[in-house]
Amino acid sequence: MLINLREQNLPLKKISEIKSHPLFPPNLEYSSPARGKWTIAHLSMLIPDSYQIYIGAICCLRGVVLSAAEDGMMNRFSMIHIKDFDMIDTSMENFVIDGVTEILNGTEKLPPSVLIFTTCIHHFVACDMKLVLRRLKEKFSGTDFTECFMTPTMRKKMAPDDMMRKQLYAALEPVDKKNNSVNIIGNCFALKKTSDIFLLLKENGFSVKDICTCKNYHEYKRMAESTLNIFSVPSAKAAATELEQRLNQECLYLPASYTFPEIEKYLNLIAARMNLKNFCGFKTLSEYIEEKKNHLTEKIREVKKTIGNTPIAIDITATTRPFNMGRLLLENDFNLFRIYADAVSPDDMEDFEWIKNNFPETEVHAVTDYRCRFTSTPPELCGKTIIAIGQKAAHFLNTDNFVNMIENDGEWGFAASFNLMENIYDAFKNKKDMRSIVQIKAWGCMA
Amino acid sequence: MKRVSKKLSCYSSDLFGVCSALYELGGLTVIHDASGCNSTYTTHDEPRWYDIPSMVYISALTESDAVMGNDSKLIEEICAAAKETKPNFIAITSSPLPMIMGTDLKGIAKLIEKRTGIPAFGFNTDGLKTYDKGISDALFKIAGRFCTREKFKTEKFSANIIGATPLDFSITGNIETLKKFFEKNGIEILSTWAMGSTLEEMAEGAAGADVNIVISASGIKAADYLKEKYGTPYVTGIPVGRKHSKDFIDMIKGRQYEAPVSIMPENITYGKTVIIAEPVFAESLRQCLYKDFGKTNVHIICPLSIHPDFLKNETQENFFTDEECEIEEIIKDADLVIADPLYKKICHKAFAAIPHEAYSGRIFRNEIPVFIGEAFCSWMEQFF
Repeated sequence: MLINLREQNLPLKKISEIKSHPLFPPNLEYSSPARGKWTIAHLSMLIPDSYQIYIGAICCLRGVVLSAAEDGMMNRFSMIHIKDFDMIDTSMENFVIDGVTEILNGTEKLPPSVLIFTTCIHHFVACDMKLVLRRLKEKFSGTDFTECFMTPTMRKKMAPDDMMRKQLYAALEPVDKKNNSVNIIGNCFALKKTSDIFLLLKENGFSVKDICTCKNYHEYKRMAESTLNIFSVPSAKAAATELEQRLNQECLYLPASYTFPEIEKYLNLIAARMNLKNFCGFKTLSEYIEEKKNHLTEKIREVKKTIGNTPIAIDITATTRPFNMGRLLLENDFNLFRIYADAVSPDDMEDFEWIKNNFPETEVHAVTDYRCRFTSTPPELCGKTIIAIGQKAAHFLNTDNFVNMIENDGEWGFAASFNLMENIYDAFKNKKDMRSIVQIKAWGCMA
Repeated sequence: MKRVSKKLSCYSSDLFGVCSALYELGGLTVIHDASGCNSTYTTHDEPRWYDIPSMVYISALTESDAVMGNDSKLIEEICAAAKETKPNFIAITSSPLPMIMGTDLKGIAKLIEKRTGIPAFGFNTDGLKTYDKGISDALFKIAGRFCTREKFKTEKFSANIIGATPLDFSITGNIETLKKFFEKNGIEILSTWAMGSTLEEMAEGAAGADVNIVISASGIKAADYLKEKYGTPYVTGIPVGRKHSKDFIDMIKGRQYEAPVSIMPENITYGKTVIIAEPVFAESLRQCLYKDFGKTNVHIICPLSIHPDFLKNETQENFFTDEECEIEEIIKDADLVIADPLYKKICHKAFAAIPHEAYSGRIFRNEIPVFIGEAFCSWMEQFF
């Protein structure tokens, strides 16, 4: 039934042809069946022992309630439906207070934390949520209430994802600081223990706290003891800034990085900031870095030898730095032919320009443009092995040879690049059930 | 308190109903919303999204466009996409925010139709009502706009099936079994509104059929229209179970087209059964429980927007509510509850789970039984 746009205007450009940003003009948007990226419904569940209450129209509630049901988290989830007459006849504030009260009175044990999600409707009818939260705190003094937002229309000031990551830490309260305590914030996956940051911090006696590994609400609250918040995804910047102002916790941005000079730069930065003295058995950080470089170089050589000129594509859901990751591949003679992204982040701009200047034939393909509905495997690659890094690239290219990776996968530094190489090797050698895997919402988020 | 769902899910909404009904008809359907609705629909409510290409998009509405009433972006983008993709029609649905702002989607559709020359519809959906309302409006629009042929007579006794979407019937074989069932019983199916038929087949079928078979309450409005336009009668029901399926066929072939009437005797001797489901399916299931299993004390809870007249009879008490507190009260003394598995959380006695895609989405899709015809009896027997 669909006409074939192949010969027409697919949302695809050579990187050399891109003259302005965003990469593709705003248009009707398409939703790919690749669902691995986490949403606010999944991120909010990272707060241990918390209870989520969503208030809105059924079209807004449906996505989140079924996300909770699919992940077995309905025991931490309730809703209050808004109907048309509620917007006319009801005091929205009382409506929310009464609804939340009824839900909490029905729980066997009051949860220590309740996240109340408002929707666009509340903000357009100017619902006074400060009043609502004050009243609820009066009623349930032992519970922390946090206002959260399912307000995609209001994304001009802050994207819903950024807002959610900020509110994840809103219940942290000022406490006495511990100098040896550091937080990793903003990730949906715990920072891997093999990552350079984790290894070096632990080696130097720091306690590393991460919401992803907190076992209970008490552990979560102890994140307020830390003196520093390290974040590596741009969408955690608002959280870091807010915590710096409110809890006097300094912040350090160490973006996900794959290329040698960048990793080295950020390792030097953290070593200086944290006054690191121990380097996992090496005398100096330089020696540590040199060893990691050699190790990674050898791995790159080994993987390249195996996969040869196999075409590779990367998408924006796999990593927050697709152009930096792409640069690593291109610098090492891998056949990266395409990157799926709608925009280039400021972090990635230098790498974008580098690819544009050095590999001008590299393609950039949109992710949400309506014409993505018509895209498929390039004819010249049909029947050949293609390696996709990320679920959307795998779906668009219809390949089972893919690296199933979401938002940097909790990786950072030389270990991230090393594991990327191992995963590329594995993707080349072993097919995955792409169709089944990519349709699972919020990959890795389970009760 | 009403409106509170402590434990339950919610049904798919009206705008997703529109998308679902129009999915296979070659149109360009746009949800006027920021984002999220498109993902919800295509993840949880549209099992065809991966395999059957269709153009359902979102407008990416922004706060400033909503507040300032800037409709031109929407219009320009739809016209540009339509020019490139040449759809059979354009449909625009709305999420709650455009509804609050009073966006005139019907006016916008007229403007788009004038510019593109492609039939365009604006649906006054608001995301607050259930999906059945959206399906009903969409099928009614299709009937009104595309069923323009003169009435003609087919050689065989023929029918259209009206009200089929995956939200009520999923993609697990019920629609295919239903078609085979009718064909096997000498009824030629000209079209199925709207699964597995093209727009042309639906228009052709509308003009040629002897009868329309309405299999969900969402199909009633379109069937009423076709009755008025072509004089085509319709019958409402699904052949569920052994005896009811036979009665249903006899009724159609005997041209006795009354809406199904609950024929439960007043002398109730069995324990209470409650069905929570789409009303046409629920009533057909009740007929099966009575005729095949002798169950008489069967009540229906209709949690959807459309309340068909056939449930408003005096022989059996039925309920029209989607409120968790009311449903919990109604089922508390039931010996058997038949409903989607997600209702089990508030049911403390025997429970027969029949997954309903419009409620639990894709979660239990593989457990949906084929409920057409005699085979369903053996599935149902496990609960008695």
